Amino acid sequence: MTVDSTAAARTPRKRTAAKKSAKKSPGAGAPDLVQLLSPEGRRVEDPAHAEYAAFVEDITADELRGLYRDMVLTRRFDAEATSLQRQGELGLWASLLGQEAAQIGSGRATRDDDYVFPTYREHGVAWCRGVDPTNLLGMFRGVNNGGWDPNSNNFHLYTIVIGSQTLHATGYAMGVAKDGADSAVIAYFGDGASSQGDVAESFTFSAVYNAPVVFFCQNNQWAISEPTEKQTRVPLYQRAQGYGFPGVRVDGNDVLACLAVTKWALERARRGEGPTLVEAFTYRMGAHTTSDDPSKYRADEEREAWEAKDPILRLRTYLESETDTDEGYFAELEAESEALGLRVREVVRAMPDPDRMAIFENAYADGHALVDEERAQFAAYQASFTTESDSDSVAGSGGN
Amino acid sequence: MAVQKLPLAKAINESLRTALDTDPKVLIMGEDVGKLGGVFRVTDGLQKDFGEDRVIDTPLAESGIVGTAIGLALRGYRPVVEIQFDGFVFPAYDQIVTQLAKMHARALGKIKLPVVVRIPYGGGIGAVEHHSESPEALFAHVAGLKVVSPSNSSDAYWMMQQAIQSDDPVIFFEPKRRYWDKGEVDTEAIPGPLHGARTVREGTDLTLVAYGPMVKVCLEVAAAAQEEGKSLEVVDLRSMSPIDFDAVQKSVEKTRRLVVVHEAPVFLGTGAEIAARITERCFYHLEAPVLRVGGYHVPYPPARLEDEYLPGLDRVLDAVDRSLAY
Repeated sequence: MTVDSTAAARTPRKRTAAKKSAKKSPGAGAPDLVQLLSPEGRRVEDPAHAEYAAFVEDITADELRGLYRDMVLTRRFDAEATSLQRQGELGLWASLLGQEAAQIGSGRATRDDDYVFPTYREHGVAWCRGVDPTNLLGMFRGVNNGGWDPNSNNFHLYTIVIGSQTLHATGYAMGVAKDGADSAVIAYFGDGASSQGDVAESFTFSAVYNAPVVFFCQNNQWAISEPTEKQTRVPLYQRAQGYGFPGVRVDGNDVLACLAVTKWALERARRGEGPTLVEAFTYRMGAHTTSDDPSKYRADEEREAWEAKDPILRLRTYLESETDTDEGYFAELEAESEALGLRVREVVRAMPDPDRMAIFENAYADGHALVDEERAQFAAYQASFTTESDSDSVAGSGGN
Repeated sequence: MAVQKLPLAKAINESLRTALDTDPKVLIMGEDVGKLGGVFRVTDGLQKDFGEDRVIDTPLAESGIVGTAIGLALRGYRPVVEIQFDGFVFPAYDQIVTQLAKMHARALGKIKLPVVVRIPYGGGIGAVEHHSESPEALFAHVAGLKVVSPSNSSDAYWMMQQAIQSDDPVIFFEPKRRYWDKGEVDTEAIPGPLHGARTVREGTDLTLVAYGPMVKVCLEVAAAAQEEGKSLEVVDLRSMSPIDFDAVQKSVEKTRRLVVVHEAPVFLGTGAEIAARITERCFYHLEAPVLRVGGYHVPYPPARLEDEYLPGLDRVLDAVDRSLAY
């Protein structure tokens, strides 16, 4: 089915049709897409995927509710950030809408001592790693260019340059192997990044050194306005074969399958069996970022088709029909979700601008004569009109 | 024995050996650095003595070398990577500029990137294209990087030790046409600061500032000028980021004339920065405008023409005469 959609999409007009036909077949029996929970919210039993399913065989109703909660709260956080951008509180936002299952499933598969290298859209993974979501907003508000200590949660800084972090993940994984540790590393990137040389080089290095790294590609179908068909002529997960490690395509809107396959891949890495490429086949329901206008390059019907596969909806259906989850749980979660939105809004609005002198901080670890000289000049310049800057800072603190 | 006479390449080799020996976190990475010992044999014998886990032959992928070194540094290692030749650094330029240089600041200082990128650079060895360039200004312009170049064996040994110990990324330019020049190395000396310039010849009439391969040329110029009764001071800059302007200023306040010499194109090069700063700092001391001698704004020429391109004795002497004529 994937080959069909790739071929069909070479003619842009046929893309929607191809996607529709793709919609019919994924799931049970499709050899190239691991799915454990169907869009209709039913468990999929496929002997071909038993090896992965084993990783979630014993999952409890509580754990399922935990995954549901993660997805709901992450979506709420994301929606709040989008609103804050529209209200002028953030300069930009990259929404994860539609990719909650891929991120929560893979994020919850990681262990505390694993290390995560995200791109700039992994808000759900950050959530799973225990990163305070408001920390993610500093760079989008323009108060820093990263802003958290990567070692606090083993969650590296967001990386804006597409694909760069896959090499950092590979190098880090090489270090893990050298240390004899049994933790693993996971690198996130998108379908667009798969075209970057750095991603290819990270595949080469990780294979050659048998590095314990999982490459988690969220194929959300669009690299800004460029469809996957502009990135590749073969399904992305098949790329791994050429480098000598396994590639698996998973239904990226199925949180159970994402959890299972990622756990499987991380376990392989821990056992010293080297890298894996996981392609989470999903969909970015919103714009690439708030600067983007997807209506210029894709049809509404396409989004509607994917909405029918909504990751949150399908787990809710399953929880309602197959577990003892009652209405009270959903109501409570709704209230928690509203509280999170409120907290995010308040924290962002209270986020102070950094001190002026911060521009000179941390350019170098050991200091640099030129930076020292320029810092002193800047400080002297500021001090030359103390009166104005005093009243500025008073107004500033009053505003905060 | 603490004092040995070593070729510059061997001095770096000894320095890397010392670093591997004293700090288990130090790694050597690059194309052909293992069995072959590097195309210039700078890493000769290191893999044999420290193993393939410490001296790592890499795939032929410069971005991969620097990008994975960043990951290893994040894990607590101190990688020293080799870029085989100057012109081959550009596939890694993205990783160096957008990642290596900026990650410490992005993490608000919470992480350090102690990566050394070794680049044999410059011309004069009759090589084919992309094997003779001097791209140091491209790196010095980038905040977050430190850029140095030794001109002799002792500096090669000590500056490499200091670069590896630095918690900042250091771009280490090795003057490849001086690899075989011998000089004394005292491995028990107390080295000067990594980013301090050094006066390598005292003089009173004019200051020549150079670094890396051009220091030797400038010393020859000073010797030739001496025969004509002119006393030239030669300052070895050693570091292009940061630049020790204080040392240059001190010399120029004494000699009142300055000529900056480097192989890289003059246009927007290191010499331009020095000329601007020294003009600002020494405006009332200068008897002549600061002059620069360097490469032209053209692709590095084929080997048969490189002597026309590279600053030699005559071109530098000509600049000295022009300065003294003011």
